[in-house]
Amino acid sequence: MKFVTAIIKPFKLDEVREALSAIGVQGITVTEVKGFGRQKGHTELYRGAEYVVDFLPKVKIEAAVRADQIDQIIEAIEKSASTGKIGDGKVFVFDLEQVVRIRTGETGTDAL
Amino acid sequence: MKRLFALLALVGAVGFGAPAWAEEKVAAPEAAVAQVATPAPVAVEEAAPAAAPALVPNKGDNAWVMMSAALVILMSIPGLALFYGGLVRTKNMLSVLMQVFVVFSLITVLWVVYGYSAAFTEGNAFFGTLDKLFLKGVTPESVGATFSKGVVISELAFVIFQGAFAAITCGLIVGAFAERAKFAAILVFMVIWFTLSYIPMAHMVWYWAGPDAYIDAAAGELAGKTAGFLFQKGALDFAGGTVVHINAAVAGLVGAYMIGKRTGLGNVAMAPHSLTFTMIGASLLWFGWFGFNAGSALEASGGAALAMVNTWVATACAALSWMFAEWILKGKPSMLGAASGAVAGLVAITPAAGFVGVMGGIIIGLLAGVICLWGVNGLKKMLGADDSLDVFGIHGLGGILGAILTGVFADPALGGTGVYDYVANAVGPFDMTAQVISQLWGVGTVIVWSGVVSIVAFKLVDIVIGLRVPEEEEREGLDLTSHGESAYHH
Repeated sequence: MKFVTAIIKPFKLDEVREALSAIGVQGITVTEVKGFGRQKGHTELYRGAEYVVDFLPKVKIEAAVRADQIDQIIEAIEKSASTGKIGDGKVFVFDLEQVVRIRTGETGTDAL
Repeated sequence: MKRLFALLALVGAVGFGAPAWAEEKVAAPEAAVAQVATPAPVAVEEAAPAAAPALVPNKGDNAWVMMSAALVILMSIPGLALFYGGLVRTKNMLSVLMQVFVVFSLITVLWVVYGYSAAFTEGNAFFGTLDKLFLKGVTPESVGATFSKGVVISELAFVIFQGAFAAITCGLIVGAFAERAKFAAILVFMVIWFTLSYIPMAHMVWYWAGPDAYIDAAAGELAGKTAGFLFQKGALDFAGGTVVHINAAVAGLVGAYMIGKRTGLGNVAMAPHSLTFTMIGASLLWFGWFGFNAGSALEASGGAALAMVNTWVATACAALSWMFAEWILKGKPSMLGAASGAVAGLVAITPAAGFVGVMGGIIIGLLAGVICLWGVNGLKKMLGADDSLDVFGIHGLGGILGAILTGVFADPALGGTGVYDYVANAVGPFDMTAQVISQLWGVGTVIVWSGVVSIVAFKLVDIVIGLRVPEEEEREGLDLTSHGESAYHH
């Protein structure tokens, strides 16, 4: 099993969700986050006072998936989240040791 | 324990305001004695207008002034509170709302207890008397003068209209030291400042015997001598550019210096947390300002309509000129810029509203937007005070600009109304230079007066209560540390 974390541009969330549903991903968790990468922040100007905004709003998507799905999933996120401009985000993939469905007590791939 | 001390100090300091009144309290009994001993002249003075053709308030004028009072109250709460609230950080939102809301309530009470009496009774050139303490003798039948002979409004309508002005003036000040001042300190400061700066400024600028006293040249001269100091100087201030805006702005600036800069200024992001609220607040201010300016005509007259149109047009001009200047100089037209420009325009047109023509209003508005933009940039850097919400840059500078330009554009040759001569019953000859000098008297007086009172008041409060919250409370935010609640639950 694999655990996928993707940081994407907020307005790309719907497209990514649709792309993941289309290839059979059963569930994702979405969090609004802030951070910086190579895009860095931007400057805001209020009545002459300048503020550098270091952290930009992003959306973090998390999904636990079967290992055999992973290449398809990475490709789906890459395609749907891309604008070609700086700040499109990243995909991180981890090995996932265990999953438990709380309601039934199922474990492993059955719980995905 | 600390809070208990603060409360005790508050009570003590409020009581402390009393000695300031001692002099006048001494004078008051004499006046009362004089009234008892010689009822005749008093009766003549008081009853003469009523006895002659028994003046009855005009219902239309009454309706307009009462409506205007409600509009001015809308400017304070929620208008000013939201305008300011949107400009602070999330953690201080409630503290600003609370400060404006409570200062409004506090001044309301003080106004009916002694404020109205001290500002709007005949005393010396600087203060009235305490003859109408607790609104003594002000009944539904009492009438107050307007700007037309033989036309009166209910005195109670005038009481609430003027009270709304006093309340918003004090509310304006809190913006200069937002995000760090101690709540109790603000309240005690307001009591002192309202008593010793707002009341005398209102008396100096606005108190006069009313048009009906100007029967002939001799009576006019006599009546003129009973008017306030700046009224006698001939300073024009239609709706309170000096009394309200410069007065509050100087107090705010002094406060910003004496309370000190916000912790982390320059290192920590202090961007406004909700320009949506600021836009709503600015719009409510604009809307309420129709009552503030057009209501100051005290009659539902053509003069009120002129003030209303000026309040509408000059404001729009200032919103545009600030926005375009910012667009050219900084690259982007901002919502905060447009909203700030609108407020700058409202401030600048305030003293001029009923005296200048619409073209004069346009010029005042256009200049206000650009000059106040400099006020929150160049001037702010020069002054070096952390005037958090730019009370001086906008209300001070806009007020000074408006006061001076009132002397220019009131000229009938430039489309203004000129100054009405109640003895000749016609618009008198207009001398622009003399009028501008009169205006400068107004500006200079209010800057010095409010400046001195503010320094003394802040110093006193600093000794008794302390002006600012501890640094860790400031970092955590005043909402939680001063008021025990948060504006937002995410």
